[in-house]
Parts: sequence; C-alpha cells; structure tokens
Amino acid sequence: MSLEHFLSQAVSSWMSEEGPDSDIVLSTRIRLARNFNKYKLPTLFSYEEAKKVIYEIEGVLKQSDFRKFGLMELLRIDEMQPLQKRVLVEKHLISPHLAEDSPYGAVLLTENEEVSIMINEEDHLRIQCLFPGLQLAEALNTANEVDDWLENHIEYAFDEKYGYLTSCPTNVGTGIRASVMMHLPGLILTQQMNRIIPAINQLGLVVRGIYGEGSEALGNIFQISNQITLGKSEEDICRDLMGVVSQLISQERSAREALRKTSNIQLEDRVFRSLGVLENCRIIESKEAAQCLSDVRLGIDMGYIQNMSRTILNELMILTQPGFLQQYAGGPLRPFERDIRRASLIRERIKLESQ
Amino acid sequence: MICQECNQRPAALHFTKIINGEKTEFHLCEKCAQEHGEMFIFGGDSGFTINNLLAGLFSIDQSLQKPAQSPFRQEDILQCGHCSMTFPQFLKVGRFGCAHCYETFKDQLVPVLKRLHSGNWTHTGKIPERIGGEIHLKKQIEILKNQLQECISHEEFEKAAKIRDEIRILEKKIAASQEGGE
Repeated sequence: MSLEHFLSQAVSSWMSEEGPDSDIVLSTRIRLARNFNKYKLPTLFSYEEAKKVIYEIEGVLKQSDFRKFGLMELLRIDEMQPLQKRVLVEKHLISPHLAEDSPYGAVLLTENEEVSIMINEEDHLRIQCLFPGLQLAEALNTANEVDDWLENHIEYAFDEKYGYLTSCPTNVGTGIRASVMMHLPGLILTQQMNRIIPAINQLGLVVRGIYGEGSEALGNIFQISNQITLGKSEEDICRDLMGVVSQLISQERSAREALRKTSNIQLEDRVFRSLGVLENCRIIESKEAAQCLSDVRLGIDMGYIQNMSRTILNELMILTQPGFLQQYAGGPLRPFERDIRRASLIRERIKLESQ
Repeated sequence: MICQECNQRPAALHFTKIINGEKTEFHLCEKCAQEHGEMFIFGGDSGFTINNLLAGLFSIDQSLQKPAQSPFRQEDILQCGHCSMTFPQFLKVGRFGCAHCYETFKDQLVPVLKRLHSGNWTHTGKIPERIGGEIHLKKQIEILKNQLQECISHEEFEKAAKIRDEIRILEKKIAASQEGGE
C-alpha cells in the first residue's frame, strides 16, 4: 500500500460516514501525547535519537501489528512531497507542526484513517483517533487500546505525581486533547455564539475555528476541546466536554426551529441562493465556498433540500482546501487558478448527487 | 503602517497579544503573515502562541519572587543534569528537554501547573498498565482511604472495617513487591 493509495482515497471515513448527532457534530477526535522515558524529548533530541524512536516503533509494528483497524503504514516526513504533506494536514491526519517543523517526523496510519500516530512531533508519540459524529467514548476507547498496545512494548515517561510527561507542561498529566467539531449555523444566524463562547471558556474548554487556534470559524464550523489535562481523569474530561457539547446541540436545534418559525422563507431563500452559487460558480474563494456549503448543509439538515447527502459539507470543506485542489489538478496552482479549480470541483461533486 | 517583519510592505494584518495585562501588538504585511501563516491558518496545537504565553507565566513568577531572593540566588542557573537544558532556555522555548526536567524544575513548575490546569497539579487519570503496577496499588489505596473516612463520618463501621482490611491487603502487596524488587 503506497502513499498514493492513501491520497487517492481522498475521502476518509470520518468525512463520508455519518455518526451519532451528525446533523450538528461533524467529527470527534481524541489525542494522547506520550513519550519514551529513555530518549530526550523532541525539543532537544539528536537525529540519532529521533531515528531510534522511529526504529522502535517499526519494531513494535513487526512484533505485533495492531490489526484491529487493518494494516498500518509508516510514512516518513522527509520522504514526502510538500503537497502530499499538505493533503495529510488538510485531512487532519497530521499536524502542520509535523509537516513543517519536524524533519525527523513520521506518521503511522491505519487503512481507514481512524487512527494516526504522529511520531517525533512535539512529543515522541501522539495517538489520534478521528471518528465521524459525536463518539467521545468510542474514540477514547480506541485511543486507549492503541495506547495499551504501545505500552506493552515501550517504557513511557510517566511520573506518579505529574502523570504522563510531555514536552509542554500544558499537556502533562493525561496528555489528552478531546475535541469535537460542530456545525453551528443556527447559533450564528441568531447571534448567540458571541455570548456562548466566553461561557464555554469559563468551563476550561476552548472554542476554535476549523483549522485551530486563531483561525476563523470558516463555514460556521467550531472545534470545542478541553484545555486542562492535569488533575482530572480522561473519562471526566470527556464527560465535561460531552456535557457542553450536548447543550450546544440542543441550543443549535432550538435556534434552527426558531429560525424556521420566524423567518422560514428568508432561510429557504438563503439556502437555495447558496446552492445556486455552488451549482453555477466558475470562480469561488474558499471563504465564500465555506459559507455557501454551510448554508446548503443547513438546508439539507432542515429538509429544504432533499436527495442530497449530508456529508457533502464535510467532504467539500476538506477537498476544496489548497492542498487537495493542487493534488486534484496534479500540480501547483496560483491562488486565482485554485478559485477556478475549486468552483469546478464543487460543481462536479454536486452533479454527482443528482445522478 | 509598515510591516514589522520586512519593513518594506504596508502592514495588512494586525493583532494584539495580551499576557496578564501586558499588551504586545503585531503588524505584518500579507506576505510575511503568510510565511508565518501556517501558524495562523493551521494553528491547531502549534506551540507558537502557547509557548510565548507560558514563558510569560514563568517569568512573572520570577519577577514576583525577585525582591525576596538574596542577590546570590539569581546567579544560580538551574540546569537539568540529564539533557543540560537550563531554566532560561526552557522559558525561551516553553518545552522541556527530557522527562527528568520535570524533577529538576519542580519548584518553579508547580505554581505554573496550578495556573495552567485550574489549580490542579497532580495526575488522577490513566496509569500505564505495565510500568505502573505499584502506582496502581497506591492510587487504589488512596481511593479506599477516602471511602474509609466517609464511612466513618457516616458511622458505617461494618463497611469501614471491610475497607480497612482491603487496604491492609493492598499495602502488603506493595511491601511484597518492594522486597521482591530489591
């Protein structure tokens, strides 16, 4: 199985499958940060040590493949083309940090892309599980299984007081980052989000845009994740996040119902105008595309648009990113060319729905 | 306004960072912003901002302590015996060099951990199965001791006696494994 195989299957399961509450929750992710006890952390380690970390992981793979999710493949960052790296970033399988600033980095991917293990990023190991819909408990279970599998072979850096030791003290303890990606157009349209975000922050959770810290909430998509990793158990962290997410889900649902009652025709108009743009555009910037895709997705979820699959938003949000567009075009594109390519990709994808 | 990175093009991106009330402003042109860009666009868990913030937390601690310290103390530079990372170096990058740094810098670390993790500084989550055998037992004992206290305060003495016996068994297990290990 080659890298091309991964990339040609551009759509990962979390993008194309539906999960619980997937009218609002696009995906759930659990990340665990782990380090070897015997090697220096990636902040300071030598090339030799970095190679040993990769070598040990390869050894673990040879001894006992984690077969639950099919074959796993190890890809080295220094053997990848810039475009290939970017595509993996856009699919949320590796971090920008691994792609850009981790020359000794590698990633271990399962075939279905539900599990990815980043090697030699900020920490030696970062186990990530990405599931469609709202599946915090399931994702945590899977992450724990992968963690236990690795722990059988590796001596982790662990301290009785501080828990799992990480490069950055913001991750120490459980090393867990649980995050849920949500589509919240109703709360935006009813202008409630500005009030909600500070309230969520007060609970020790963080709200970000789709591409992380500082990024705008493109297409009304927000990531909610825990900030605190120390002093609470993994289950409690997930339960707290779950509590806030379920509240957001019910508020979003009631915002949508309120919109249907108070401005039904305006909403329908907005949805179909956006669909019109996506069906007919010849040039489209990512921001406009994101907004229109959000409107169309809302239209599907609220029943204005029928016979179109919901996952179109998840898919197209990712596939219309610069890396993917260039992959699709087979070479580098200038921004203006990307806008043209984006428009044609969206049109083609929508056409597929009506067939 | 001119971009503070290249000092050539006009600044198009302005942002303000506030660390404990101290404001720092950034003005970048589109090109320089794009070069730093991945951080803004794909920030994710990128350490850029958080590390700067961290350094802020630690240095504030130091500046508060300064008056109380004797002038000699300031010349001691803490250094990790394992990876030779110094404390100033850690402040600069916001990340530790090796697992032993946590022990080396523990005096500075605890107050900052408390601030980062809303008052918490001890781990109560998962314990690795293989290397954590003894820790598992100790944590279990801690939980049981808490239950014991509760039972006593509710005057459930029968239950308390049971729990006390369980604690004794666990404590024996630890003692046995320690003897075996030596």
